Amino acid sequence: MMRSVFINARLVDPEAGTVARGALEVEDGRIVRRIEGEVAPDGGEVIDCGGKCLAPGIVDLGVKVCEPGERHKESYRTAGLAAAAGGVTTMITRPDTLPAIDTPETLEFVTRRANEEAPVRVLCMAALTKGREGREMTEIGFLLDAGAVAFTDCDRVVSDTKVLSRALTYARSLGALVIGHPQDPGLSAGAAATSGKFASLRGLPAVSPMAERMALDRDIALIEMTGARYHADQITTARALPALARAKANGLDVTAGTSIHHLTLNEFDVADYRTFFKLKPPLRAEADRLAVVEALRSGLIDVISSMHTPQDEESKRLPFEMAASGAVGLETLLPAAMRLHHSDGIELPTLFRALSLNPARRLGLDCGHLGAGAPADLVLFDPDAPFVLDRWTMLSKSKNTPFDGARLQGRVLGTWVAGRAVHGEMTDA
Amino acid sequence: MGFSQRHLLGIEPLRPADIDCILDLAERYVDLNRAASKHGEALAGLTQINMFFEASTRTQASFELAGKRLGADVMNMAMQASSLKKGETLIDTALTLNAMHPDLLVVRHPQSGAVDLLAQKVNCAVLNAGDGRHEHPTQALLDALTIRRAKGRLHRLNIAICGDIAHSRVARSNILLLGKMENRVRLVGPPTLMPAGISEFGVEVYEDMEAGLRDVDVVMMLRLQKERMDGGFIPSEREYYHRFGLNSAKLAAAKADAIVMHPGPMNRGVEIDGEIADDINRSVIQEQVEMGVAVRMAAMDLLAQGLRREAMG
Repeated sequence: MMRSVFINARLVDPEAGTVARGALEVEDGRIVRRIEGEVAPDGGEVIDCGGKCLAPGIVDLGVKVCEPGERHKESYRTAGLAAAAGGVTTMITRPDTLPAIDTPETLEFVTRRANEEAPVRVLCMAALTKGREGREMTEIGFLLDAGAVAFTDCDRVVSDTKVLSRALTYARSLGALVIGHPQDPGLSAGAAATSGKFASLRGLPAVSPMAERMALDRDIALIEMTGARYHADQITTARALPALARAKANGLDVTAGTSIHHLTLNEFDVADYRTFFKLKPPLRAEADRLAVVEALRSGLIDVISSMHTPQDEESKRLPFEMAASGAVGLETLLPAAMRLHHSDGIELPTLFRALSLNPARRLGLDCGHLGAGAPADLVLFDPDAPFVLDRWTMLSKSKNTPFDGARLQGRVLGTWVAGRAVHGEMTDA
Repeated sequence: MGFSQRHLLGIEPLRPADIDCILDLAERYVDLNRAASKHGEALAGLTQINMFFEASTRTQASFELAGKRLGADVMNMAMQASSLKKGETLIDTALTLNAMHPDLLVVRHPQSGAVDLLAQKVNCAVLNAGDGRHEHPTQALLDALTIRRAKGRLHRLNIAICGDIAHSRVARSNILLLGKMENRVRLVGPPTLMPAGISEFGVEVYEDMEAGLRDVDVVMMLRLQKERMDGGFIPSEREYYHRFGLNSAKLAAAKADAIVMHPGPMNRGVEIDGEIADDINRSVIQEQVEMGVAVRMAAMDLLAQGLRREAMG
């Protein structure tokens, strides 16, 4: 029997919505109980948290690990190390690999790679349609049996509504969660920025924020029609929020996420064509960012993801329009989220509700909280510790972070998966 | 005040004093270009490379002539036919050329921002000869010189820019330059050819040509690309000509002494009536071409002066 006690911690509890001094007792990889106030250790390993914050480990919904196909950009090993360093204890990986993860055989391959290589938990999503081509649905049943936790074609929108409605209907019969990327494919074709004065001045092809609402409206109508379980991967505009609120109020099984980058950056950060800020969907106006922050505070937005998307230097060292989209985020997710705490006044339990509790619940996982019986997946962090990010110190194989050189506040001190330390030096007192 | 820039990447970073500086020097080169002997020495011993990743006849010829008249060694590289076809990246191409120690690099590229990217990787002075839909600074400068010579000033003028604003780098550079010099700029065209966020540019937008041209001092026409004519952005060429083509009836709304400009090459009968283009009392289109050489001589001269100051510490 392995027993350990985390003492002298500020416990961030997203379920109760509290931050309180206390200790946490862990046995055989699971949380046994919380102890309020000071505690005298009585045997087992003692981990002194030094008065820092201990929270349920992050469940990052939508991580791209580039296996199979582009292991030079990110492998399960490097992604796993980056996750551990970032306080991410469960990675939910995307199927937009080369080839796409659209058969049980491919899914078994990546699951095996993940279990061999990554020090954190890895759960895989599978494609909704074969080859992510939007024509035929994948073997949703077999893929569920093989361990797929959700189905998504990622940034390729299924434009044929008949194909999508059938896939949703079939997914509903199996209780599978479908994840959509709400972007109207026509309006957003070729876009590298959000339309407005900034994109026009820079001469960049741009998409109206309306493209997000149109696609969300369409998806919601199909959910109403089919009764499927649905999660929107990234809601990033003010205009999409009322549609999301209506869908929830009408009792549809709909949730929504957003990316940490859309919560902390805006279109002006692109400045003189900085390609590390080229994302999908593109960064938005400040008014949109603020609206999405408010939706996070109110709970309308359920999940914050890193949308970790590794790109090598070559694919970013190109003229903006030709450069690849996406940014890495596993290691910067928590420090960037602390910007929301320090600058936008979001409370720590609210942040961990969106980082840990909600994604775990949505996927039916038993982690993401500090209650008795939960796996001891934990992150210890100092929300105030300042540092300047140097991208070359990151563990991700790709270094395409928009936060290079940024002043950040909030450092991960230690990460535990099932009670086992996977990152940090504070493993014993 | 001297010229403050290391490169000429766009109008956006220029101060009004920089613009005056280029235009004043260009006036002197207009005189040189009209003299019997057209040789200056300002760029003697310097190497100028023209890299055009997009087809161009007029701009490339204008830069080439400008360099040669000031004594530079000029090399033209047609990049469409070159290494990019072999898979070399823009940055590798730039580094290769940089190793040959050019002093002035003139670049045109079909992607917005590509010239900025290139300028970060080389040691020489870079001139933007047009990047995507972003900027075409020497065109705006030559337009400004043409206006200044025709109107006697470059401020408090009413100027209408007409046509495909959305896809035009010439329009962007002109809006920025004319705004910096305190003119009133109007944009005239169908809404499908207006960029998003246009209301925040400090300009007035007109969808009716005659209303847009009323009492203006300058009418600046833009070229409508052939591929935009059929159904995508406008219904047809003939409907466009009917509503937005410049003819004498529409021009009558402008001031009696209003000048007509066009960056070329013109589509006669699409955006401009041939008769107006050829009317020597209204059209300054040929003068624009002449000013182009002078402005490019001035811009390269000023950048070369900067390089020399830098070399001397």
